[in-house]
Amino acid sequence: MNIKMPRWFYQLASPKWFYEFTGALLPWFSAAAIILLLIGTVWGLVFAPADYQQGNSFRIIYIHVPSSILAQSCYMMMAVAGAIGLIWRMKIAHVVAGACAPIGASIAVMSLATGAIWGKPTWGAWWVWDARLTAMLVLLFLYIGVIALNSAFDNKASADKATAVLSLVGLVNIPIIKYSVEWWNTLHQPATFTVTEKPAMPPEMWMPLLVMVLGFYCFFAVVLMSRARIEVLEREKRSDWVKRVIQAY
Amino acid sequence: MGNFSSVADFLQMGTHGLYVWLSYAIALIIFIYNIVSAYWLKRQFFINAKRRLRREQGTV
Repeated sequence: MNIKMPRWFYQLASPKWFYEFTGALLPWFSAAAIILLLIGTVWGLVFAPADYQQGNSFRIIYIHVPSSILAQSCYMMMAVAGAIGLIWRMKIAHVVAGACAPIGASIAVMSLATGAIWGKPTWGAWWVWDARLTAMLVLLFLYIGVIALNSAFDNKASADKATAVLSLVGLVNIPIIKYSVEWWNTLHQPATFTVTEKPAMPPEMWMPLLVMVLGFYCFFAVVLMSRARIEVLEREKRSDWVKRVIQAY
Repeated sequence: MGNFSSVADFLQMGTHGLYVWLSYAIALIIFIYNIVSAYWLKRQFFINAKRRLRREQGTV
């Protein structure tokens, strides 16, 4: 396939340019992540009002919802990056996809664990084989599958291709997670944020949640860039610019 | 202090202290894990790369 893309797209494909660009972005995203997560946590834990039905257990939402959103966004990013890598044979895209997998898996664990802990006082059970919960568990298994498949090859190029294909196939799970609360009878409550409607919660509840979601995304960006940068150095270690980076370190 | 009458009240979170704090502790651990593992990758890379570079330069 040969689709003409804008210049920045090809610049992004240059490992050296990618390394320098993400190096300039990192401090900003780190600062934003720290500030947003601190504000969101204090706001959500201390100042947001308790839920009239769930009491204070509802404060788990400030971790559970951002981690669930991020676990899914991270998966989509991994699949899209894998597709870009397959179509344009862009190595950087594969590097980014590979960096997504371990982060996404850990965030999916966070989503499932906090969901289970929230379920106990709210539903009376840590786990139910509900559509939403099961689909989320499948997401975690997909991440683990991608990590396992990626490490099963000696050849990096083959590993890149195989994991890109697997993550694209697993993409079918994302709409299933999203619509599971509508398609099936479920214990799980519907989405807090939708594009078309105002949140059902009052602003003093959803505003800290929005701050936390943004904080989670910034944190993700920081870890993703850090991991991808090292992988770029690893893959380009024979080149002169990487040798200069190593000597300067 | 915000919605709570005292620090003890805040720590208890009504009757849900265990659940709330356990959730936040898990989140913190996973955040720290992500930071430490990324840092560890970087450290390992530079230790190995420096060693390799020295060896290469030594043989030239």
